[in-house]
Amino acid sequence: MKLLEIKNLRKIYHTKKREILAVDDFSFDLEGGDFIAIVGPSGCGKSTILKMLCGLESKSAGNVKIKDNIKLGYMPQGDSLFEWRTVLKNCLLGLEINKELTEENINYVKHLLKTYGLDDFKGAYPNNLSGGMRQRVSLIRTLATRPDILLLDEPFSALDYQSRLAVSDDVYNIIKKEKKSAIMVTHDISEAISMADKVIVLSERPCTIKSIYDIKLENKSTPINNRKDKNFAYYYDLIWKDIDYHV
Amino acid sequence: MYSEEHKNYLKKIKRYNFSVKLIQIVILLAFLIIWQVLASTEKINTFIFSSPLAVFDTIISLYQEDNLLYHIWITVYETLVGFALGCALGILIASILWINKFIFKIVDPYLTILNSLPKVALGPIIIIWSGANTNSIIIMALLISVIITILNVYQAFISTDENKISLMKSFGASKWQIYYKLILPSNVSNIMSAVKINISMSLIGVVMGEFLTSKAGIGHLIMYGSQVFNLNLVITGIFILCIVATLMYYIVVLIEKKLSHR
Repeated sequence: MKLLEIKNLRKIYHTKKREILAVDDFSFDLEGGDFIAIVGPSGCGKSTILKMLCGLESKSAGNVKIKDNIKLGYMPQGDSLFEWRTVLKNCLLGLEINKELTEENINYVKHLLKTYGLDDFKGAYPNNLSGGMRQRVSLIRTLATRPDILLLDEPFSALDYQSRLAVSDDVYNIIKKEKKSAIMVTHDISEAISMADKVIVLSERPCTIKSIYDIKLENKSTPINNRKDKNFAYYYDLIWKDIDYHV
Repeated sequence: MYSEEHKNYLKKIKRYNFSVKLIQIVILLAFLIIWQVLASTEKINTFIFSSPLAVFDTIISLYQEDNLLYHIWITVYETLVGFALGCALGILIASILWINKFIFKIVDPYLTILNSLPKVALGPIIIIWSGANTNSIIIMALLISVIITILNVYQAFISTDENKISLMKSFGASKWQIYYKLILPSNVSNIMSAVKINISMSLIGVVMGEFLTSKAGIGHLIMYGSQVFNLNLVITGIFILCIVATLMYYIVVLIEKKLSHR
């Protein structure tokens, strides 16, 4: 079942001096339940693709067809929590904006907080939470509006390496448990392989699809365990060569 | 319980802070004593340089004539009105400029010119237009504080975290929702530092206004004192101004602490 059909997406930025072709001919279909990672050299236009999908940026050409009644939820870089709001109030932000603060929706958010170990911190302010907890709050804030597809824009970029591993495990489990589809943009190849079912590798600017890998691991489990899988290094090598980093 | 090393550490900090306070007080006392001694032994001309005791006497006599609190009140009142108007107008205009970037682009050069212009130069015009009264003084204070508030607050508004704005937009927030749910609350501390600058700016404006035209106020005391060559009054005015300025600044700091306490 296709939730999302992206056809020939293109983005041109206009500056006074010239036009910059940022994204060209990006076509891709998202199946229900899929976890897709998009990797590519930094500055290639990965985030632009996500922003075009959720309407934050206009597209210059191409078509995005979203299946009826399918909702998108965007998770920005870092956790972007509002320091002056409590955890609960942060999570209710999207509902508040859309004037959907019904008792049912509030209870749903409270239920999510409880399920993912944040019940005791409902009334706390974000600066009292660990990096991992903040990321969970950020995810619940996006889940609160009940999206079917999550768009994650380098969600862990602000975390140190150790927390990154633990938090990506955490976020992955929540997404799978809530049966959501996801498209994640990252520059971290191992993060992409460890979390995604499919990895899309982008070229340098103008960014086009270079290759798509179905990640077939021997024992697919959580991201941290996936990193120990036999086939992990195989995919890592392939993608590394594709991206062709110049230092 | 603390270890011996930690106790020593705490003692060291205590001693350090105590030394700073002590030396601060000693400098002030030494200054006052030397000044007084030089005046009493007639090494300096008290007619020109006054003396601490003469200043003290002037304060007492102003107080007994029911003039001291009156002049202080006039200056504080004018400052507070100018300050409140400056803050309110400044934040309001900055908000309008944030909501409509086109307007900002249009007024940007004018703001820059007004900001670099020494506002005291406008004093004579203001007096002619709105009369030699309290209004002119308040307008002076307002002019000095409002431009810098607009620029500082607007700068803070446009430096708001882009990711948070993206998040708001992804939820479908309107510009107005982004403004009052994100821009305003996330800049409380920036607004407060603009406000802190404002209280000093308003006082500068008021004293300048009082120099140009006034019947009362601390600036008036200083100006009047210099015209009749009563240096005791001039220095008393400056001394009172120091205290008033410091007190008002700390009151704003206190309010800031209360507001940002989370």
